[in-house]
Amino acid sequence: MFFQQLISGMAVGSIYALIALGFVIIYKATEVINFAQGELMVWGAFLVLTLTTSLGLPLWSSLLLSLFLMALFGMLLEVLAIRRLVGKHVFSIVMATIGLSFVLRHLAGIIWSYDNFPFPSLFPRQPLSIMGLTTISSSHLGIILASFALMALLFLFFKFTSLGLAMRASQQNQLGASIVGISVKRIFSMTWALAAILGAIAGILIAPVQFLNVNLGYLGLKAFPAAVLGGFGSIPGAIVGGLIIGISENLAGTFLATWVRDIFAYIILLGILMIRPEGIFGLQEKKRV
Amino acid sequence: MEIKTDYFEDLKIFKETSTLVWFFLAMAFLLSAPLLAGDYVIYMLSLTAIYTIVSLGLNLLSGYAGQISLGHAAFLGIGAYSSAYLTVKLGLPFWFALPASGMITAVAGILIGIPALRLKGLYLAIATMAFSFIVDEVILNWESVTNGANGMKLSPPSIGPLTLDSDRRFYYFILAITLIMLWGAKNITRSSLGRAFIAIRDSETAAETMGVNLAVYKTIAFIISAFYTGIAGSLFAHFIRYISPSNFTLLDSIGFIIMILVGGTGTLLGSVYGAIFITFLPEGIRVLKDFFPFFVVETGLQGLVYGLILLLFILFEPAGLYGRWLKMKRYWKTFPLK
Repeated sequence: MFFQQLISGMAVGSIYALIALGFVIIYKATEVINFAQGELMVWGAFLVLTLTTSLGLPLWSSLLLSLFLMALFGMLLEVLAIRRLVGKHVFSIVMATIGLSFVLRHLAGIIWSYDNFPFPSLFPRQPLSIMGLTTISSSHLGIILASFALMALLFLFFKFTSLGLAMRASQQNQLGASIVGISVKRIFSMTWALAAILGAIAGILIAPVQFLNVNLGYLGLKAFPAAVLGGFGSIPGAIVGGLIIGISENLAGTFLATWVRDIFAYIILLGILMIRPEGIFGLQEKKRV
Repeated sequence: MEIKTDYFEDLKIFKETSTLVWFFLAMAFLLSAPLLAGDYVIYMLSLTAIYTIVSLGLNLLSGYAGQISLGHAAFLGIGAYSSAYLTVKLGLPFWFALPASGMITAVAGILIGIPALRLKGLYLAIATMAFSFIVDEVILNWESVTNGANGMKLSPPSIGPLTLDSDRRFYYFILAITLIMLWGAKNITRSSLGRAFIAIRDSETAAETMGVNLAVYKTIAFIISAFYTGIAGSLFAHFIRYISPSNFTLLDSIGFIIMILVGGTGTLLGSVYGAIFITFLPEGIRVLKDFFPFFVVETGLQGLVYGLILLLFILFEPAGLYGRWLKMKRYWKTFPLK
């Protein structure tokens, strides 16, 4: 029982980690806080569903196509709305991206309706038994493995590709990056494309476990506790924070009371903000007048 | 343009005679409205007045003191449920429950204000949002006090021998409370307290250097804001006479922010404009819905419109309606010169 709860908590936690990663890379690049990350998740999953059911494409090709479309969509959002926000007051940024998330959520509702949709599973349905002792759901295991593979890919991307290096360079110093010939504007768009892809993958992974519904985007808000716990702006922090939140809320829901599960992440969040607002991996920020 | 020659001129409640005239005209309209207008108009005006109190509270916190709150629907909920609990379950009179629910909400304001002392901008936004989710869930599950998802029914309030059982009677009462709250807010903004809030908003470090104690003033801002919202919550509960957790969601918090944003952050008149806007917006959406029948779900359309308004106002008109009004006024005053 405990072990199964641990695994399913880890599966949800790695989804939180993926969403948190999406907005940590946006935050690092542009200091924009993206409240609409959860909506990117929903849009990605719905695109896959539309491509498979309406156009009859095979699952894997519609997956790739939807990731490509989501990357374009992310860039479009950046160019249309977000670019004007860079450097503005935090209040404006928070409100504008909340506005964006409402627009995206209810556009999705108008396009795809507010119903629940079953989503094709990417992993085998039958549970796995481990040495005959206990069984775990293979879709949970699949989510965990896929997320970790994706995180490893992301690590390699930031370490070895020229685009990844350029992104890190402009995160550290925009002026310096543009002096050595990096187009910072293009990097901003690319960051949004990457975040949209991460969001879409998170959506595609979680949708088979729960039903696909427009309000699945609320899950995106859970990634804030994850990011804050890990230390806002820290990539390893987002992963660790996501896993801790996922596991602990699942255990709290099982062993305390069911309704605690939904808010446990926020209780942790308020606790961490009181004790150590910079999170596990965060650095204390200093600000001048 | 008028030129001020005296510091006290800048502190006047009515800076120009025209403002005073407009104020009395508006008061004449509001006082005579129950004699002239139908039930529906009175209902909308009462609701506007209640939202004005929320808007004032949020504007003092966000527009003046610069502290973001995504959790004001939770404060409204605490005020509403406190009032409902005190009157329905404990049988206390309304004249006691109204200020008491303001006080209870103010205590909740301290609870969220104290962790907020260490937080800025983004963190505060997330913390208040977390607070609002937690309050939501507690209201839903603390059934012995709140009746959970079933909600609570309230009876018409009475003050001494006077029963405020008709919408018209209660309208005058709400109007009076709103005016007191508006007067209070005006006096806060023209006192040293209000100037400290503005200093914190514009630069925390500079304010601290000038001797503004950040911890004290931020907490006061939260307390005042929560008190205002709690009073509004109590009025709201007794006005609509049935409250349930669905009245106090994140969408409502966002609606409150739209109020101060559309009206104009950091202006009291803007709070009033914003309250009018947010009260009549759902009516506008209902009309819009008849033109676009393919938007099946009404809440969905409301969310979409809220989102669009937020996004467009932030991007194109950050000073709000009141800012636009000031710009227009300045344009005509200096017309040929510009």
